[in-house]
Amino acid sequence: MDLATFLIQCLNALQYGLLLFLVASGLTLIFGIMGVINLAHGSFYMIGAYMAYALAPIVGSTFGGGFFATLGVGVVLAVLLGYVLEWAFFSFLYQREHLQQVLMTYGLILVFEELRSLLLGDDVHGVKPPDILAGTLPLGEMMTYPVYRLFISGVCLLLALGMYLVFTRTRLGMMIRAGSANREMVQSLGIDIKFLYRVVFAAGVAVAVVAGMVAAPVASVYPGMGNTVLIICFVVVVIGGIGSIRGALLASLVIGVVDTFGTVLLPQAAGVLVYVLMALILLWKPDGLFKAG
Amino acid sequence: MTLFRTTLVAAAIAGGAASPALAQTAPKLKVGLMLPATGTFAALGTAIEQGFRLYVAEQGGKLAGREIEFVKVDDESDPSKATDNVNKLIKRDNVDVLVGTVHSGVAMAMAKVAKETGTLLIVPNAGADAVTGPMCAPNIFRSSFSNWQPGYAMGEVMAKKGYKRVVTITWKYAAGDESVRGFKEAFEKGGGTVAKELSLPFPNVEFQALLTEIAAAKPDAVYTFFAGGGAVKFVKDYAAAGLKKSIPLYGAGFLTDGTLEAQGADADGLFTTLHYADSLGLPRDNAFRLAYAKSYKLQPDVYAVQGYDAAQMLATGLGAVKGDLSKKAEFAAAVEKARIDSPRGAFTISKSHNPVQDIYLRQVTGKENKLVGVASKSLADPGRGCRS
Amino acid sequence: MAMERSKFLFTTVAFAALALYPFAAGSFGIDLVTKIMVYAVFALSLELLVGTTGLVCFGQAAFFGIGAYATVLLSSPTDAPSLAWLLPACVLAAAAYALFVGALTLRTKGVYFIMVTLAFAQMAYYVVHDTPLGGGTDGIYLTVKPVLGGLLDLDKPLALYGFTLGALVAVFGFLALLGRSRFGRALAGIRVNEQRMRATGFSTYPYKLAAFVISGGIAGLAGFLFAVKDGFVNPELMSWHLSGAVLIMIILGGLGHLRGALIGAFAFALLQELFKSEAIFGDFAKHWQLGLGLTIIASVALLPRGIVGVPRQWRERLVGRRIATTEVRHELAGPPPRVNFRVRSAEVPNELA
Repeated sequence: MDLATFLIQCLNALQYGLLLFLVASGLTLIFGIMGVINLAHGSFYMIGAYMAYALAPIVGSTFGGGFFATLGVGVVLAVLLGYVLEWAFFSFLYQREHLQQVLMTYGLILVFEELRSLLLGDDVHGVKPPDILAGTLPLGEMMTYPVYRLFISGVCLLLALGMYLVFTRTRLGMMIRAGSANREMVQSLGIDIKFLYRVVFAAGVAVAVVAGMVAAPVASVYPGMGNTVLIICFVVVVIGGIGSIRGALLASLVIGVVDTFGTVLLPQAAGVLVYVLMALILLWKPDGLFKAG
Repeated sequence: MTLFRTTLVAAAIAGGAASPALAQTAPKLKVGLMLPATGTFAALGTAIEQGFRLYVAEQGGKLAGREIEFVKVDDESDPSKATDNVNKLIKRDNVDVLVGTVHSGVAMAMAKVAKETGTLLIVPNAGADAVTGPMCAPNIFRSSFSNWQPGYAMGEVMAKKGYKRVVTITWKYAAGDESVRGFKEAFEKGGGTVAKELSLPFPNVEFQALLTEIAAAKPDAVYTFFAGGGAVKFVKDYAAAGLKKSIPLYGAGFLTDGTLEAQGADADGLFTTLHYADSLGLPRDNAFRLAYAKSYKLQPDVYAVQGYDAAQMLATGLGAVKGDLSKKAEFAAAVEKARIDSPRGAFTISKSHNPVQDIYLRQVTGKENKLVGVASKSLADPGRGCRS
Repeated sequence: MAMERSKFLFTTVAFAALALYPFAAGSFGIDLVTKIMVYAVFALSLELLVGTTGLVCFGQAAFFGIGAYATVLLSSPTDAPSLAWLLPACVLAAAAYALFVGALTLRTKGVYFIMVTLAFAQMAYYVVHDTPLGGGTDGIYLTVKPVLGGLLDLDKPLALYGFTLGALVAVFGFLALLGRSRFGRALAGIRVNEQRMRATGFSTYPYKLAAFVISGGIAGLAGFLFAVKDGFVNPELMSWHLSGAVLIMIILGGLGHLRGALIGAFAFALLQELFKSEAIFGDFAKHWQLGLGLTIIASVALLPRGIVGVPRQWRERLVGRRIATTEVRHELAGPPPRVNFRVRSAEVPNELA
């Protein structure tokens, strides 16, 4: 492999890893802070992608906006969706055992898939990226790298930075971290833990939906896309350490590298490699790479 | 006891006397449709069913004097549930004819059960070479294609175009492997070499790493097989990586059939081979397209044609045996001799029951797969391994 | 004691009904119930791990799949293999992988244990999916079904039904006896409070490993039966969807009870058939997953102890208070991150008394 190709593969690995991070960060937030295993998290990713496809014409005709306007509308809808879902469904899961959470969220996956099938059908769709981002950058003599993929990486990094700042530098972040360590104590200090959890859940959902919307032009929109992403996200969360955003970032990048270079160097083993990696890391550090926070 | 027995015999005689009167109207023919209603191939399943029903409706709902009754099962394109689903149709619903399916793995399970039970099976899509190869049987027919056919045709085309070094890329499953194998056979016969055979596990769609590999290998052209969602993503990724301008992309027709709306401008100019095209101009095709659009408010695609022709094959055989499906040998003989008047152009059936048909070369122009020429005339799948 | 007797009665009636069913059913019914019984054996294997020992394994499908693949790979394409060596071989293959996985993973706890078992199951899945060993994504066929001398030919559906029923009864009986033995008591203790067990001098690791291996072997047996019934194996038999489905079966039926696994397998399979049936739902039947998903959510919300717990729930509702129970909450092991001041006094763990 020559240098140019190696660098391009690194860019590929980075972009894949960062996208994975975006989805997984929502999962680790919800998992780590509220202790809820949410199997339906992949469905939020799918909802985001289908939103990008379905909202584009509506936003275009009512506001005359394009891709970014759709993204904005999507974020607002996602926060609303997360808020309502938490209030109507997930708040009942906190006191339940993990197994029951698994069961209920598995039922939720089925419900989401069928609702999507009823409302938007089963066809495969493409989403066009916005024109300013649709170009390519020349890399090496024959290959070009799509600008849009760099945009995705950029968005993911921005969001990662944003989350980090909120968690470590704001009061809200402090309350969230306290709430995950000791729920009762925070409540007895007069902080409305229910509202806090609702905010965190809505944020987690919104991040996954944004990931789906942003990835749609690159990933195309098809039934079952949530399930494929879900398992890898769980791997990311577990390797990184439950509740640790830092860990999710590192784990996503590692998996991006292993998957990209694995596909190229050892195609038959590529699928297995990620899981071998996870097993090895867990045997070395049973609680994942980083502690929560 | 004796009185009971007498009554029983009397009832039987009465029933026997009455039945010739009832038998004037032939019993309904149960057609079991095993197609995907959910999952990535759901749209294909719908198109096949609509094509089949259109032909039956055109015949007034009856084939060879027998009214057609449909029973449906959703196979979810899942090979692990295939045997169960086929058994449901054969044992629970007692169908006379099996029609299905899209996914090759599921079709192989259907073929196995059909071979064991002797039930008539018509495959309206799945191209697994095995169905008309080692799994072939006198009661198994196919109205679509074998994975080998479009690949072989494209191999001939690309060899004639003068390409010397080609890289292939596809999913690692039966359909992909067989398509590439067919391509390789014709291409190497024409003097070319396949420099690299790239693949990724089905249904993975992260192509970036492999696209970089293709660029590094610097071939004259690329041959590919993808279908459905994967085809959409691949064409778009290929263009986005800038390869479309430097390394020409060719593929089996599924790359651009049913996917053009999603692929947009990225698919413009692509050459593909398939046994159907959007602008054949044949009168039979025009009539079919009109009727289909009127009934379903949609343009038909190759899958609808395959479903339509499956019904035609059934009708041909049924007509020869006058609706009596127990005459299996006569049924098979009739279909083997027949010339099916298909919207794709008339075709015959090979000895292993696969269509012998023209494979067209098409190019994507606007939102259509426009016919460019005939890539391979009356191409017959060799049916290797079929001992029938 | 009334509890014990009614449990025994239920089980006997259930098995008797299953034994008599073939006389009333058509060939499709026999096929369907054979499949459900295979799933019941599979569910029982997981019940040993989750319900009895408290080890939530999310990779049970791997052992099931290995049993199934071993059946096909070890059979010759021409002669009928003998049951006498094929069955133990498949069970041992699955148990061997369970030993390997268990040895490496039983040191982890809680949700990490769940994920690591998932990882090893995915590894097995990708090996058969991507390498030539397993015939790839399209699977491989079992051409000739096994026989037992001249006595039993598993190619005949009735023989297979009887054999599967026999296997189910044997596994059920084995696990019931195991539960009452010293070994079973130790497993229950580990489920309730592993730290306490260790504090009293018990070395818990070998017990957990033994339970893991036995569970893997039983899952392999289920896989063997499935391969014989279907005559076809493919990588989806090892997918996490199947691991999830069997987990749902035992939770739906009721954790901590052997008959819960039985009931759960039947309930889950029959619910699927119900929602898929076009006779009831017409064209909407293609959206059967909606009905199934809603039913799963509703049953978890309204039946916290599974179907098995329904009689007690009704009794409680009539009486108006919670009845003291020897059932134990199934917490995931691991240091609790928060202090829980809510203790339900009526639910006192009583297993070791």
